[in-house]
Amino acid sequence: MIEIKDINKTFGENHVLKGISSVFHEGKNNLIIGGSGSGKTTLLKCIVGLHEPSKGEVFFDNENFTQMDFEQRVPIRTSIGMLFQNSALFDSMTVEENIMFPLNLFTNRSKAEKLERANFCLERVNLAGKNKLYPAELSGGMKKRVGIARAISMQPKYLFVDEPNSGLDPKTSILIDELIAELTLEYSITTVVVTHDMNSVMGIGDHIVFLHQGQKWWEGSNKEIAHTDNKELNDFVFASKFMQAAKEKL
Amino acid sequence: MFESLGRYILLLRLSFRKPEKFSVYWAEVMREMVSVGIGSLGIISIISIFIGAATTIQVAFQLSSPLVPLSIAGKIARDSTILEFSPTISALVLAGRVGSSIASQIGTMRVTEQIDALEIMGVNAPGYLISPKIIAGMSMVPLLVIASITLGITGGYIACVASGDITPADYIVGVRDGFDGLTVRVALVKAIVFGFIIASICAYQGFYTSGGALEVGQSATKGVVFSCVMILFADLVITRLML
Repeated sequence: MIEIKDINKTFGENHVLKGISSVFHEGKNNLIIGGSGSGKTTLLKCIVGLHEPSKGEVFFDNENFTQMDFEQRVPIRTSIGMLFQNSALFDSMTVEENIMFPLNLFTNRSKAEKLERANFCLERVNLAGKNKLYPAELSGGMKKRVGIARAISMQPKYLFVDEPNSGLDPKTSILIDELIAELTLEYSITTVVVTHDMNSVMGIGDHIVFLHQGQKWWEGSNKEIAHTDNKELNDFVFASKFMQAAKEKL
Repeated sequence: MFESLGRYILLLRLSFRKPEKFSVYWAEVMREMVSVGIGSLGIISIISIFIGAATTIQVAFQLSSPLVPLSIAGKIARDSTILEFSPTISALVLAGRVGSSIASQIGTMRVTEQIDALEIMGVNAPGYLISPKIIAGMSMVPLLVIASITLGITGGYIACVASGDITPADYIVGVRDGFDGLTVRVALVKAIVFGFIIASICAYQGFYTSGGALEVGQSATKGVVFSCVMILFADLVITRLML
């Protein structure tokens, strides 16, 4: 479980996040949604410690992550997996080396065991046999899947995903969403996904936090989102005619 | 300026924290040593031979008086090569070749979130990315400078054979005359310091890149320019202190 309390973040005069609190439960797909510039990615970076919140606290299973120094954070960080918007695979390493990288640094497993784990993760994301390819030789969807394989290689308790569908075709987007949802349920991971993809929202959104102008504007599930009378949320989710038609059918 | 200096010192401190796993860092050090050392050997060899040859011809031209023995040209060429040309010109060339590569490599990792990925995993990113490069720079630049000195003096010999301005025998007498080991020690101290300057300044510029491809290019340019200026400044200081 991850709990965030009163998260504020300012960059100079720009107040990006304004007092955001929420609880993200394990085994659930927790989605942070909102328009461009609403503070979604900044909130995610505050949670994982890439940005320090100007005010507020982040708790990982009741441990105050915000007050920890670098050394204290390492045990929590090794239980975090993250998929970045552009996958952030290490260019100089093969697919296999990318997945084995955290295992090399933080475990004492033998090379055969690490290879076995890498192969298992690759099979889990349907990329078996792609071990020796370099990131430059992969398509966007494959890069995302390798990113997921690397994120789950250490059997994380927490999985963070930043814009998993950006730059992907609708079919691949759905595959990635399904994979994230399956892994979350299978390993009872606390998953936090930043997205503005409506298929993801309606498909896997167990718990949704909607940000608007740096504030938490709405919180609920994908079942509740269709019946909300929150104007800003409705404007965001049902912006297209297709989504409006879909809403009318619900 | 003081803010940048403070950030540079803090980054260096972070770079030399205890590694998460020594064997992984050691493999990185070896990889960087090959990249810096073997990768730069070709350009350093070419430059050294030509500079050694040109220096010898120029010194011979300036010592056209019959009162001065021609062998002195070998002595001057030797000392100039050991004390100044090999360490300083090699370092300036390496700042361009190795420094720009370090800054652009780390800068690209920053803008493509690869450094963020390292930090999320719990890896000390400055330690993993920067310390192997600094160690490689401080160990391989002196070796390259030794190679450069050898090839520079050989270049002088080739110039003697090819031009006939000085006889090869006179040149060798000059090269062997009054050799002082201190000159080599000065050259090695310079090389170690220059290796540190190139790797650390360019890594700093790359590590704090923000933006995109344009900024990565700007970081590489800044890294090379600042390294070159600091190399020349350090050259003056070391020369003044040791000679």
